[in-house]
Amino acid sequence: MSTTIRIAAPKQASRGEVMELKALIRHPMETGYRRDPYGKQIPENILQRFECIYNGEKVFAGEFFRAIAADPFLTFYTVAVESGTLEFRWVGQDGQVYSESVELEVV
Amino acid sequence: MRRRLPALLLVVASAALADTRSFVDQSDLPAEAVRSGSVFLTAETRALQADGFANPGYLWVERGGELFNDGDKVCSSCHQADALAGAAARYPQYDAVAGALLNLEARINLCRQHHQELPPLAYESDELLALTAYVANLSQGRPLTVAVDGDAAPFFEQGRAYYFQRRGQLNLACNQCHDDNWGGKLRGDTISQGQPNAWPAYRLEWQTFGSLHRRIRDCDVGVRAEPHESGSEIYISLELYLAWRARGLAVESPGIRR
Repeated sequence: MSTTIRIAAPKQASRGEVMELKALIRHPMETGYRRDPYGKQIPENILQRFECIYNGEKVFAGEFFRAIAADPFLTFYTVAVESGTLEFRWVGQDGQVYSESVELEVV
Repeated sequence: MRRRLPALLLVVASAALADTRSFVDQSDLPAEAVRSGSVFLTAETRALQADGFANPGYLWVERGGELFNDGDKVCSSCHQADALAGAAARYPQYDAVAGALLNLEARINLCRQHHQELPPLAYESDELLALTAYVANLSQGRPLTVAVDGDAAPFFEQGRAYYFQRRGQLNLACNQCHDDNWGGKLRGDTISQGQPNAWPAYRLEWQTFGSLHRRIRDCDVGVRAEPHESGSEIYISLELYLAWRARGLAVESPGIRR
């Protein structure tokens, strides 16, 4: 399954620098409490979890719940340690994984 | 108190009757009074719209850019993205071949049918919203300048008449809120001028991106009138009147609205 993901991360950072990372994903975050015009319950469909993995190490994680608005947007920080890959992962309602990776060069 | 009630009802009833008979003031909003809807937003919402990353409308713009370059016969094989800059500011526009007034959505669908030999996309579908968002975004910052003369004139008159027509159980015309009372309060919200320059836009109430016609339907439902179909001629005509009324306002799409 594909969805639109936007990532803002620096391409280059100096060692020890605190980097700002931003992640925006298109997702309805349907609570499961709403009903459609015909009175039928709209099934729950929320992202359950977000993780940021920096060269295999988890540097940020968050649990999502029903009260989080559609198209969740996260800003967080981590320290630049070494060159490598930053992977942004979301886990959907039924365990689907949406992910996007960016390369980082540490100088 | 009980004896006075019928008399009071009579006064209320006759006032209501007098009200239905009176006509609304049909003078257009003066050009110098025109304000974009972003003026009526909170500073935080305005900042969200201005932020090129955090604005969730760009999720649709980006998807639209992918669709624009995707498929057997892609949009970009005819259209240079640069050449489309400013195009959205001139819509709705009369098309002689179709013999109809077209808004951006209708133009995209016509292109799909005639040049790409693809079925039209459903109004309000994610794909059509995304393509419209992409094309509208190419005109960001350009002033709205629609042609309302010649073949477009009858549509313009139709749209203008709709704008000044009282409708629904609440018996309200568009101008009674958006010309006469903009800046005032309706429940907890500030009434805007109903300008179309940020659309298609991300509406916080919807928790998603949507078209101007969906927004107009909400207004029609709000005054308890029967809404028209999105993409209908009457709404495209109204869109033309709104675009003319907003002449000179810069295109903001993808906007953020309440």
